[in-house]
Amino acid sequence: MSDGRISRVRVTGTVILALIFAVLPLPEPVNAARPDLLLLLVIYWALSAPRIAGLLFAWFCGLAIDVLKGIILGQHALAFLVVAYLTHKFQLRMRIFPISQQTATVFMLLAVYQFIVFWLDGIIGQPVTTWMRWLPVISGAVLWPILIAVLDTWNRRNR
Amino acid sequence: MVTLSSDSRNIIGRGPPLGAGLFFLGLVSVGMMMLDHRSNYLETVRLWMGAAANPVYTVVQAPHQAWSWLTGSFADRDSLRVQNSELSEQLRVARVKLLQFDSLREENVRLRAVREASAGVGGRTMIAEIMQVDVDPFRHRVRINKGADDGVFLSQPVLDAFGIVGQVVQLDKYSATLILISDAEHAIPVLVNRNGIRSIAVGAGDLNKLSLPYLTVESDVKSGDLLVSSGLDGIFPAGYPVATVTKVERNSADTFALVEARPLAQLDRDREVLLLWADAPVSAPPASDKTPAKPAVTTPTIAPATTPTTTPPPATQPRPAQATPAQAQPTPPTTQPPPAQPE
Repeated sequence: MSDGRISRVRVTGTVILALIFAVLPLPEPVNAARPDLLLLLVIYWALSAPRIAGLLFAWFCGLAIDVLKGIILGQHALAFLVVAYLTHKFQLRMRIFPISQQTATVFMLLAVYQFIVFWLDGIIGQPVTTWMRWLPVISGAVLWPILIAVLDTWNRRNR
Repeated sequence: MVTLSSDSRNIIGRGPPLGAGLFFLGLVSVGMMMLDHRSNYLETVRLWMGAAANPVYTVVQAPHQAWSWLTGSFADRDSLRVQNSELSEQLRVARVKLLQFDSLREENVRLRAVREASAGVGGRTMIAEIMQVDVDPFRHRVRINKGADDGVFLSQPVLDAFGIVGQVVQLDKYSATLILISDAEHAIPVLVNRNGIRSIAVGAGDLNKLSLPYLTVESDVKSGDLLVSSGLDGIFPAGYPVATVTKVERNSADTFALVEARPLAQLDRDREVLLLWADAPVSAPPASDKTPAKPAVTTPTIAPATTPTTTPPPATQPRPAQATPAQAQPTPPTTQPPPAQPE
């Protein structure tokens, strides 16, 4: 019982940190490749604590990104939702993947996310067509093993 | 490998099915996007959600503000003295200019009264600070620390000491997002100050460049011309400097000349900007502001594109037209939605 509450606190804490990271001003060359840390966390928590981090959780995280950085409300929320759905769908498989395969899957999920955002941008009529917009997919996939290592160590210790 | 935390056993067969959740929330987000994009139904929602996000901004800003407070309070005497003398020098210059201003203003008001023109000169301003937060790396948008609580409204014009910076596109209680005139989605109606040729300056996605795609090869524009806002959109007040023309390329085979301009406002260096509440005709333009209908930038620009060809005798024609932008009778272009709408 108390374990669930601790998990909840942990999830909220990491989400707040990720939100801060999302708007943190970064130097120019790195800025375009800012990884979507919050999305990675949503994937991680969907795998690690699926009952806390359900679809609604993912949707609200996306909505927060919309409020902070979006053009219209609901855009990132929808993209987060789809990614969370796919993660939950393949959760049992993804969890036993070796790390390399898992990273590849996360890469695909991030690509799906960027594609949805890109697509909705186009529908709104304000597309960003530079290839740089796909950089967060790569940087996010690179960040994934590190994130797993850090969060898993932390989670095990606090179990 | 991701370890399962101990609270998440029994995951199968609990709660609503996954597909239903996806469907329902997906529907909600699509509905939300439509409401937000097609109309401004969600303005109030955004107002409060943005306010809820404010603590995040406060945290992100904190180190930066602490640093500027530190440097501010430990600035040494010499640099302060230098700064002081610079500022008083600038003030002296500005005073001299201001001497003429009063009489010019009087004259302007009198002349406008004679012509029954209603466009006001000047207006109320408020200084807003640009927040050190990232909005979107691929769009020219910045966040300022003044919001609806300070009286900021959507499509409000924003200036700095040198020219027009942009306009407000998103608003919450304590902060607002600006779109800069250099954003690829932004367009602003301008006129050449020298002879009153009207055109539209479209952002090029480059902080130092605006392009004027609707000037014909015959039109009388040359490098170095000052472009000022024409006020035809009912958003930006008339007569504020926007850019200087940097490049004019005429290819006689083409219909339009290739004209580029450089924004006068220091879009990349500004720390503070001025929010402007325009004076007299405010009663009318907000009506057109409230129903922006968010048109694609390219559609409204088609109509004014023909205007430069019928170049009027210098500086006489366009003035009365832009004096009453809200009524929309004198000029056909104003019947279109405001061209400077960012979306």
